[in-house]
Amino acid sequence: MADKPSAAELKDYAEQADAWFKENTVRDPGFMLPLTFMEVSTDQQFDFLQDWQRKVYEAGYLGASWPKEYGGGGLHSEYQRVATRAMKKYDAPIMINAIGNGWAGPLILDLGSEEQKQKYIKPMLSAEDIWCQGFSEPENGSDLGNAQLKAVKEGDEYVLNGSKIWTSLGDRAKYMILLARTDFDAPNKYAGLSFFLNPMKIDGITTSRIKKLTGEYGFVQTFFTDARISADCLFGGEGNGWSMAMKTLEYERGAKVKPVGGFFVKELDVMEIVELAKNSVRNGKPLLDDPVMRDKMTQYMIDIQALNLNNTRRRMPQLMQDRPMGLPLMNKLARTELIRELTEFSLAFQGTKAGYYVGDENAVDDGYWHRSYLNSFSATIGGGTSEIQRNIVAEHALGLPKTR
Amino acid sequence: MDNLGTIGTTEEQIELMDVATNFCRDKSPIDKVRGMIDDDLGYDPDIWREIGELGWLAIAIPEAHDGVGLSMAEVVPIAEQMGRNLMSNPFGSTTLAAQALLAGGSEAQQAAWLPKIAAGAAATLALREDNGDWDLSNIEAAGTVSGDSVSLSGKKQLVLWADSAELIIASVKIDGAVRFALIERSALSDNAMRRETVIDETARSYEVTLDGVTVSTDALFDAGRTRETLEKIELAAGLIHAAEMTGGAQSVIDYTVEYLKTRKQFGKIIGSYQALKHPTVNNYVEYEKARTHLYSAAHSWGEQGRGEVAVRMAAAQSHSSYSTAADRAIQFHGGFGFTHDCDAQLHRRKAILSGALIGDAAYQRSKLANLLFD
Repeated sequence: MADKPSAAELKDYAEQADAWFKENTVRDPGFMLPLTFMEVSTDQQFDFLQDWQRKVYEAGYLGASWPKEYGGGGLHSEYQRVATRAMKKYDAPIMINAIGNGWAGPLILDLGSEEQKQKYIKPMLSAEDIWCQGFSEPENGSDLGNAQLKAVKEGDEYVLNGSKIWTSLGDRAKYMILLARTDFDAPNKYAGLSFFLNPMKIDGITTSRIKKLTGEYGFVQTFFTDARISADCLFGGEGNGWSMAMKTLEYERGAKVKPVGGFFVKELDVMEIVELAKNSVRNGKPLLDDPVMRDKMTQYMIDIQALNLNNTRRRMPQLMQDRPMGLPLMNKLARTELIRELTEFSLAFQGTKAGYYVGDENAVDDGYWHRSYLNSFSATIGGGTSEIQRNIVAEHALGLPKTR
Repeated sequence: MDNLGTIGTTEEQIELMDVATNFCRDKSPIDKVRGMIDDDLGYDPDIWREIGELGWLAIAIPEAHDGVGLSMAEVVPIAEQMGRNLMSNPFGSTTLAAQALLAGGSEAQQAAWLPKIAAGAAATLALREDNGDWDLSNIEAAGTVSGDSVSLSGKKQLVLWADSAELIIASVKIDGAVRFALIERSALSDNAMRRETVIDETARSYEVTLDGVTVSTDALFDAGRTRETLEKIELAAGLIHAAEMTGGAQSVIDYTVEYLKTRKQFGKIIGSYQALKHPTVNNYVEYEKARTHLYSAAHSWGEQGRGEVAVRMAAAQSHSSYSTAADRAIQFHGGFGFTHDCDAQLHRRKAILSGALIGDAAYQRSKLANLLFD
């Protein structure tokens, strides 16, 4: 474990990071940059973000607290926190390799073999190897535990058949974290699942792009037809797929493996919405003079402030006595639903202009708000729908019985 | 937006939270709460004495006046736990009267009253009138000065716990300006007080007729302090009621969840039905937001600008979440929810009274909007 830095050491580091991001951050490359790793649509966007992650990594501001022997910086986690703060300060683009850095990486660092750590971690940090996630299937979305993609062991290989869907960056990825069924006779649906670090660029795996409601591309359906992978790709042992998949969710909280740093999703800046409202007109007067719009905007300010402060309160055990899992479990639900509502609300400001879309010169902010609203559903549906999130909060924070 | 504050706690606040959690739970079980509904006084005088002995009325009073020398931040966890356990007594009104004295009282007035309050004397504020306006400067009760005495006239409404209070601080207009007058309970005849029927049956409230009451000019707050006194009262009341409502919201959600876990229909525990489960989660999310705002407001209490934004956010969020959670609690208890025996109605009624006293969620938001956008 690296030593905790002194205040002076951190200050020096913060100054260096500030200077680096100030000099190197490109905010407007001349095309629309994705707000999340799920929205990477064009080659231009992909190339830019892959290159950006590599640059940040090479400068030492990504994976700064991951072990040095596998490609990380080997520093105390405070350093990475400072570096991420500098990225936010200069409104830097997102890190593209979300599934690799946020999900697969921590899992491999936590439970992987020495060989796996040597092989996967460094190229994942540099974004040379892009990762994707193969959990959802066309017939098994919210009921993830019922995943049916078949993995049959033949000698020292597994043969894969089936399909995964909503695979962000699936056509660009080198690896997929894959949930597949190895045992169809297991005592329950979860026990038949296994977890694989699956290579994508092999025979028998094809992808087909899915056009999103926004009109853009960003994810694919992945088809497995007698695809053969080495038995070494199995991770965590046969039958442990569900617990591996659940573990990937735990790393998000950063308790077991130091956070990799950066962000995969850009936070909505509420002040931009307030600015938009202030600059909008209704009946010849400022929009925020309209009592209905004024009241709604105020309620959203209350909501945003609550969710921002919830993140601070989560780390204060003295204010988390009664239902300690409440705030962590509700965060995704509350945040994604609020962003959906707020971006929808931002369209209401625009009057006649709400009718325009991305691509028209008359669109407000090049259609940014329309695109943000339509894309907001990726977060209220993906990663467990809001309806599933409510079940999770009900069952695990309030102790209500399971819905069957 | 630089008038948005953050969240934090003090050691004393957390210690008081622990003590208050146990005390209010032990001293205010639901049968006791219900037993007090038909009691004239409305609270157990022995418990009130204990509260005085615990020093809770002295928390936000400076040491120079025999207080503990902390702030309203440390009062919050106590009010929260009282609200959670539907423990009704003059704690809130007395704390507000002390805050009014601190904001507007002269050194002599503070020295005369704050040590008494710190030692356990009840006090209250008489602010509201028949026009129903939440704007506390819109009043008609009046004072006429003659020599060194002031004769008062008019009626004040929703004067909480007036019967128990040794001191009533009333707002009146003198020469067109709002002033505050200290009235000793003993100066009021019994006819001057009419017990009001308020929607929260655990509270006690009075209409106070000021006609014929005379006080000395020494009993007036300085005219120059009126504005800051009004502001302080409004904020302190917002904070205390937000704390009570947040505790109440927690309680009514727990009460509903318990029922959803035990009641069976169609052969299933009803808490397994998403039609009940999902709105309960929504209410729980809103409650946690209220609690976050509450401790942010407690933390930002003393900060210029940020204090008011944080308190109004807490008041708005706690009023809306308490109201909704209690409303759904009635519905989710089905036929039982419609009875007086179901505790959901106690909470629903209490939320209505709190909103009526300080201004409901929509009113708080309208005040907030001015602070945020103008």
